[in-house]
Amino acid sequence: MTELRALSVPVRPLQDASLRPLPWRRMAWVTWRQHRFALTGVAAVLGALAVYLLIVGHRLHHAYAAASACHPASSIACEELVGSFNGTGHLLATSYALQALPALIGAFVGAPLLARELETGTFRYAWTQGFGPWRWTLAKLIALAVVLAAAAGALSALLTWYYQPYLAAGNHTLSLSEVSPLAGTVFDLRGVALAAWTLAAFAIGGLAGVLIRRVLPAILATLAAYAGLALATGLFLRRHYLTALLTSNPNVPASAWITRQWGTKAGKLAFTGQPPKSLLEALCPPSAVGPLGPRGKPSPGTLAQCISRHGYALWTSYQPAGRFWTFQWIEGGWLLALSMLLIATTVWLVRRRRGLTRRERTDGRRRPRRMHTHGVPGFPDPTSSGQVTHEMLAGAGINVHQPAVLQDADACVSVTHGVLTREAVARLAAGD
Amino acid sequence: MNVLEASGLGKRYGGTWALRECSLAIPAGHVVALVGPNGAGKSTLLNLAAGLTAPSAGVVTVLGGQRPGSPAALDGLAFVAQDTPLYKNLSAADMLHMTRNLNRRFDQASAEARLAELGIPLKRKTGGMSGGQHAQLALTLALARRPQLLVLDEPMAMLDPLARHDFMASVMTAVADDGVSVLLSSHALAELERVADYLILMSRGRVQVAGEVDDLLAGHRILTGPAADAAGYSARPVVHVRRAEAQAHLLVRATAEDPLPAGWEAHPLGLEELALAYLREPGAAALPGPARGRDDEPSQVGR
Repeated sequence: MTELRALSVPVRPLQDASLRPLPWRRMAWVTWRQHRFALTGVAAVLGALAVYLLIVGHRLHHAYAAASACHPASSIACEELVGSFNGTGHLLATSYALQALPALIGAFVGAPLLARELETGTFRYAWTQGFGPWRWTLAKLIALAVVLAAAAGALSALLTWYYQPYLAAGNHTLSLSEVSPLAGTVFDLRGVALAAWTLAAFAIGGLAGVLIRRVLPAILATLAAYAGLALATGLFLRRHYLTALLTSNPNVPASAWITRQWGTKAGKLAFTGQPPKSLLEALCPPSAVGPLGPRGKPSPGTLAQCISRHGYALWTSYQPAGRFWTFQWIEGGWLLALSMLLIATTVWLVRRRRGLTRRERTDGRRRPRRMHTHGVPGFPDPTSSGQVTHEMLAGAGINVHQPAVLQDADACVSVTHGVLTREAVARLAAGD
Repeated sequence: MNVLEASGLGKRYGGTWALRECSLAIPAGHVVALVGPNGAGKSTLLNLAAGLTAPSAGVVTVLGGQRPGSPAALDGLAFVAQDTPLYKNLSAADMLHMTRNLNRRFDQASAEARLAELGIPLKRKTGGMSGGQHAQLALTLALARRPQLLVLDEPMAMLDPLARHDFMASVMTAVADDGVSVLLSSHALAELERVADYLILMSRGRVQVAGEVDDLLAGHRILTGPAADAAGYSARPVVHVRRAEAQAHLLVRATAEDPLPAGWEAHPLGLEELALAYLREPGAAALPGPARGRDDEPSQVGR
């Protein structure tokens, strides 16, 4: 084949290169219309959770007020009040259930955002409109990210209020549940962290959608990626935001986030974590410890004093509760930066448009099922207009003069899409 | 203005070229039929023109030099993709609203009138529409944008014969009323014969035939003569030979004025016949040459 060399028409100057982009606000209706079910779903879940938090939170605050004001603390009445506070809404303070919230929002709103367009082919509609593909993507991602982050921010304001009783200083001395504000169970639900994690989960979902292009795998990938990131942050990263404080004083405040504990004897590492039970039993049996704490147990301070008498030093590395907001801004900051990077990457992938379309595979779709099922298994698929050529038949090794083929052609008056008719096959058989 | 220009255009998916060394210039004001077997690269070419994918090699421009996907190209080119994807959970009215929001121009009145004429209720969800209604809605959305070029990728593949007829009637009305240029890929040769005045035939990722239908038909003849003499015929380039017992039918690149060997008869042929002959001979080509007059013989012939 010879190549065509010259193109006849010169490229004209762009008469409307200065076309102004369409205003961003036009995407507001489009985004709402397409994602109203997802957004209503998120609003319903968050709303139900908010109602639950309000009801339980109210009881919690009441129980706390009653327990902390009770005198004398050792009376049976007071112990009952303490027990009632410790039992109220305890689950939310000590479990990671709410940490799944950003992951679910990211997976069910973020991942399908582009994956569904790519899976169902509607991107061919959306990205050929005048608004332009990358601006369409950016507008949607930013609008939804802002809305979801705001919703998560509102919920975390409620959670901040909810957790207040657990965070009050001095709980410990009253035997009330106390949680460090930096502890993994509550840190990322308060302040700016919940909004930031929701944003990050959504951005991960968006990118997973454009990379994977199928809804379900994108959702699973988002959940996996989010879980990995959240675990890595909680277990390894967060404790290094600021250099931990180190003390050999056993009376570390209960509000501190203890990141590491270990014991030394004569300058050598003796144990990590709490002193081992065997050591305590050998050196500090309850009789040797001295006066018991308020609830019949030796306090950590007295235990430490006991083992220090035997030459051990107990070291604690911790993050003080006062660093809460510094930690919040550090975590919120890098999550925001990460989200921006992920969103920018997603938009860039859409803008670059390489690899978004795949080679069309239409052949398998319109199979002449009757011919296949009526004893001519190798019968070639016709073109979409129902054409079967001699070449196609020859390629499939089928002789149209075979009695079986003619017989089946008779049964093939109406094949799946109704175009391959008996006449057509008969014509083929007749050699026309 | 050329509605589409391609120069050395290629697109590779993984290791295989879906489109290779494609060079084309399609003038405005035509209904262009893009024909070829499955996997010939038709959809790839149209996706490249619509800016949905980027070329692996070469250059493609639309609407007189605009880069596909640029604001001007998006503004003037309306693309109706294969299987006409629309949002299933949105109603026809929602789709009109959305398309209006996403474009500079949108003729709401004419779109609503067209849907009313077709009997498509505005409140019906696109997921609940028949194939014909779905395709008509997609076409309505595209036409209401008042494009200069309408690109249709196998719009009729899923339609029954009646819906096909109605669909093409709608396209032809738009051509007559608005002068929109149409680039249309399809396997339905019979349908195309009625509407197309420009043919591009592709196979195996290359352009095989390109030209105005009238010129192509005037430049080809079917010669019927004794089968024994068929091999000796070489006066004009032969595209395809079909033997039926003692007779041979040669599809040759010749005009009505070309001399005929003794004992042979010449017949004119139709678009479908022409297209089928070339589809059977992927090695043959008929492309417009540079700087050739309209009455000149087609210059690029290879076998």
